[in-house]
Amino acid sequence: MSQASKSLTSKMSTFILALVIVTLALSFSALILAFDTYNRGDQTIATYLALIGVIGLASSIYVIFQAQKRAKNLKIKDLPIVTTIECRKCGSKNVRNFERGDYVLKELEPCEKCKDTNKMITAIYRKVDQKEKSSPF
Amino acid sequence: MPSVSAMWGGGDNVSQIISLLFYGVFIIFLFYGQKIQMYIIIREIEGSLHKLKFIRDEGRKIAIKTIKEIGKPEVDPTDRVNRFLEYFTIAPQSMDPAGIVPKLDHILDVRDDRLKDEVKLMAPTVDEAQTNNLENTLEAAMALNFIYKVVRHFYLQGKKTLSLYIIMQLQMILPIIMKQAKAYQSALKAFSYGQPIGDGAGPLVVTKLIHGYKTQKIPKDCVVAKLPLEGRTAFVIKAEGPGGNVGKPGEAVRKVIDDNKGKIASVIMIDAGLKLEGEKVGEVAEGIGAAIGGPGIDQYKIEESVVKYHIPLHAVIVKEDLGDAVSPMRKEINDAVETVIDRVKNLILERTKKGDKIIIVGVGNTIGIGQ
Repeated sequence: MSQASKSLTSKMSTFILALVIVTLALSFSALILAFDTYNRGDQTIATYLALIGVIGLASSIYVIFQAQKRAKNLKIKDLPIVTTIECRKCGSKNVRNFERGDYVLKELEPCEKCKDTNKMITAIYRKVDQKEKSSPF
Repeated sequence: MPSVSAMWGGGDNVSQIISLLFYGVFIIFLFYGQKIQMYIIIREIEGSLHKLKFIRDEGRKIAIKTIKEIGKPEVDPTDRVNRFLEYFTIAPQSMDPAGIVPKLDHILDVRDDRLKDEVKLMAPTVDEAQTNNLENTLEAAMALNFIYKVVRHFYLQGKKTLSLYIIMQLQMILPIIMKQAKAYQSALKAFSYGQPIGDGAGPLVVTKLIHGYKTQKIPKDCVVAKLPLEGRTAFVIKAEGPGGNVGKPGEAVRKVIDDNKGKIASVIMIDAGLKLEGEKVGEVAEGIGAAIGGPGIDQYKIEESVVKYHIPLHAVIVKEDLGDAVSPMRKEINDAVETVIDRVKNLILERTKKGDKIIIVGVGNTIGIGQ
């Protein structure tokens, strides 16, 4: 089994995958039949078959994309965490991304301005951009 | 006189077919409605189970990766991690509940020591703080494994017995279970990187208070600093950081009270408190009682100590939900620290006299917070 198909099966349940495969096969058959019927001159039936084929194809692709999106959502995201570094003497403040080994009250290298005082980590946090849902309560 | 065809829905063939279909569907739902409903629920649970399995496997992978990165072990830790994830703890017998607290305390101590030893065997070169972080990471992976296995158990049992009631009970609590699993999922990353989590609100407040003062180790896994605060003498206690550790504040409070022969004017506990839906993250509230979670041993010890000497017990909490409590600390919680300090100072001014001795305890996991 190729890597791509293996990853697809891991994202979708077997039942859904079987359903998608059957729908895809039927949609392609409907499209081929539509083409054949059109060539034979029956435009009405050809249009119906083409419509069925396109709808089947679109819904299968939609299900596959949804499964991929769901799998992406499941991944443990690296939340943006920031570390605030301050000099207690001159008050200079600097914010950078969190690095492994950072902790609150960790002493760092001497301050560039004061030279004689070490800088210190004063806060580590994450920012959440949460849109509040309006509620009368 | 109506014809037979009229009974089946009227004149033309299409209407008759539609009527027949309608009757067919009606009859199917009459006899198999419950089964159809059950299969729909089973499929829904299956979807959630797939998610839980994915989260569990990712958690396990992260735990192994972190051990390999930090511990640099000579042998592959995968087998040991797999064994670790299956560990269980048997709670003491509660038929005769008298004396159950020391028994539970002992069992949890043994568990903690055993888990720490296992981590040291997996990653022998790491220091104490990193051992604690790795232990926390593995415990989060263990919780995810447990959640997955319990949900799978009830799903399979429901499917085997075809009992709608087992299946429905599982479906009803599934949203809460999924919320918990997602909370542990974010906790895993925070623990593996050693980032402060929302539960660390209490230790963070205490850290700001004791910064610049000498700290002293106190049993078990805690530190205490003696400092002047608003004309009183404050004994400020927190778990020893910056590794992931909650310590045993119950024992620490008992020791400080006993050392001062009970002459303590007030005990103030600061902790993260679960918020109700609709409340804002980082809201600060005051109350009475021992603000501490966990199995209840430390709460019991603190209550015992304060009752013995009739010491008032106050609590200040920072509100957050379960997800916030175990995931990297939100800015709102970090910003609430100054408000908590103001509230604590007000409490001291209003409830104690100049020259009194007080105890302030920052309760919670001190991961990523030093002293």
